[in-house]
Order: sequence, then structure tokens, then C-alpha cells
Amino acid sequence: MPSDVLTVTIERSAGAQAAFEVPAYDNQTVLDVVSWVQQNADPTLSYRFACRVGMCGSCAMMVNGVPRWTCRTHISKVLKDGAVHIGPLRNLPVIKDLAVDMDPFFDKWVAAEGVHHGDRTRDDPIAPVDETSAARVNANAGIECINCSVCYAACDTVAGNPEYLGPAALQRAWTLLNDTKDEGRAAILDAVSGRGGCHNCHSMGSCTVYCPNELDPMSAIAGLKRETARSFFRRKS
Amino acid sequence: MSAASGVTSRAHPLWLAYILHRLSGLALALFLPLHFWVLSLAVTDPARLDGFLAMTEAGVVKLAEFALVFGLAVHMFGGLRLMAMEWLPWTPAQKTLAALAAAMSFLIACLFLMKAL
Repeated sequence: MPSDVLTVTIERSAGAQAAFEVPAYDNQTVLDVVSWVQQNADPTLSYRFACRVGMCGSCAMMVNGVPRWTCRTHISKVLKDGAVHIGPLRNLPVIKDLAVDMDPFFDKWVAAEGVHHGDRTRDDPIAPVDETSAARVNANAGIECINCSVCYAACDTVAGNPEYLGPAALQRAWTLLNDTKDEGRAAILDAVSGRGGCHNCHSMGSCTVYCPNELDPMSAIAGLKRETARSFFRRKS
Repeated sequence: MSAASGVTSRAHPLWLAYILHRLSGLALALFLPLHFWVLSLAVTDPARLDGFLAMTEAGVVKLAEFALVFGLAVHMFGGLRLMAMEWLPWTPAQKTLAALAAAMSFLIACLFLMKAL
């Protein structure tokens, strides 16, 4: 560690900022730094976290202008001259300080038909899943999403178009479209080809670059573009 | 939004490819009407067209022509890249190979052109 003290600037509500001197430790994450501030310097600081091991998707913030999962981001990797700037996630309304309102993100998840569409009862046999099929490979590629909204915060198309469903919701739609246990094909294609749908995507790729779980929403959205186009031309003919 | 003002999350190749494609497209869209207007002088005012053609000897115009060819090439390959990425469900390795093939052909075409000139 280059110095014993970190200079941490944290964005507060209403455009205000506050600077804190935080003691440096080995193996210190960005979330540890924010927690130290809240526990030792300013108990009024609001932020959100739960699992601290990269599973729950609660603690994403903007760190030096980059959306990151703060519980799995070592402070040593983001420090610039012993300083770091932490803000609330981009593209979502701020409730207070570092806590954002995730409602738009989850509302779009549902709007993209990111829900299970079953057609069997408990008496029917479970649909067989062929792990080696191309569709299953596509579905598997997106199932590790933890809903952290890092991709949503990274996306410039979301910033420019509030109606756009965003990378996470569209990737979920693509996953379900490829899932043999899901019967919502028509509903999904309809939902993702509307005004806020997959064709808004400019393939800027920030979602794929910054996904902390190394998923590839951009390619999932490209898949939706192909499927919606195919279904459009099929309907025409 | 103060958080957005400090965003550095765009500094990656995919976003740079996007912005290069977009800016080259805008520049070409601005250039084309002017280009067609100059061409139309061949019919309406040949003497004025000759005046324009004489300008192409100037160094700064030659530089601008280079920028134009670069803009066209960048926009064309940007479009091919986008179509390949969105319409062909390729693996990343295949995409790298395709990009390499396109770059090689572009290089060979440029060498051919330089030899011809």
C-alpha cells in the first residue's frame, strides 16, 4: 500500500460531495471503505449491501466513473494517487447518497417478460433439458446474472432513452427464449421488439465489458435481434 | 448527474468502434450533399468545376482527401463489423479471424492502390 490513509470522496444527495480520510488495510474492498466511513466517520451515510461475496447484486456503485460490484473490487485496484471517488449507480434515481431506487431496473425485467412461462402442471413430467444443445448453451451463458445493474449503469443507450429495457432484462429474455422449460416465446419476442426493445441497442458493448460475472449481454441482445427479425419475416410470408 | 459527468466507462474498444462509426457516418452525411453539388457543376457550370478540380492540387485538399478515404473505409468496415457481430452468431475466435481477414484484405488493397498511383 503506497500510503496508510486513503482519500475517499463520496457523493451525497442533492449533488453534494464529502471527502473522508480512511485508514488503509490489506485486502480492503471498496465496500469495506464505504462501511468504514459509515461506521466511523458519518453514520448518516446511506448505502446498500447484503452478502459481501458477489452473489446478491446489492452493492454496485460508480467507482471512479466505472460501475462496479464494490464487495468484490479491491480498493488497491481502483486507487488513483491514493484517492478514490465513489458515487451512486448511474441511470437510476438516487434515493439517498449511494442508495439508488432499483424499481425501474426490475420493472423492465418484468416488462421484457423476464418471468417464467410454464404450461405444465405438477402432474406432468419435467421437460427434458439437453445440456449440449445450442439453445441450452445460449441459455446457460446468461443464467449467472445477479441483477446488480452494473450493465444498466454502464449503458449509454439507457442514459439516452429511459424506455429502453436495458442489457440485463434483455439478456434474461434471451435466456428464457432458449430455455426448453419456458413456453413464453411469442410473449417474449413481442415484449423485446417494442419501442424500448432490443433494436435500440447500438452494440456499444459497455454491458459486456463491465459485467462483473463476465456475462455477455451484448451478444444476447444480438440474438434477440436475429430472432425478432426472423419471426417478423416469417409472419410476413 | 454528477456521477455521469465523471464516467470513464466508455474507454474500451467496442465503444470507441461505435463512436468512430457514428462520427464517420455523420461526417460523410455532411460531405455527400457538397460532393453531389460539385459534381452537378459539370452540367451547370463547367468552368467553376474546373476551378474546384484545380484546388485538388493543394496539399491541404490532398490531406482532406486522405481523411475522406479514411472516413469511408472506417465507416464501411464499421458497418461490416456491426452486421457480422449482430447477424452472425459467431464465437469470439471466429470474429477475431474475420477481423484479421478484413484487415489483411484492406492492407493488400491499399498496397495495390499505392502501386497503381
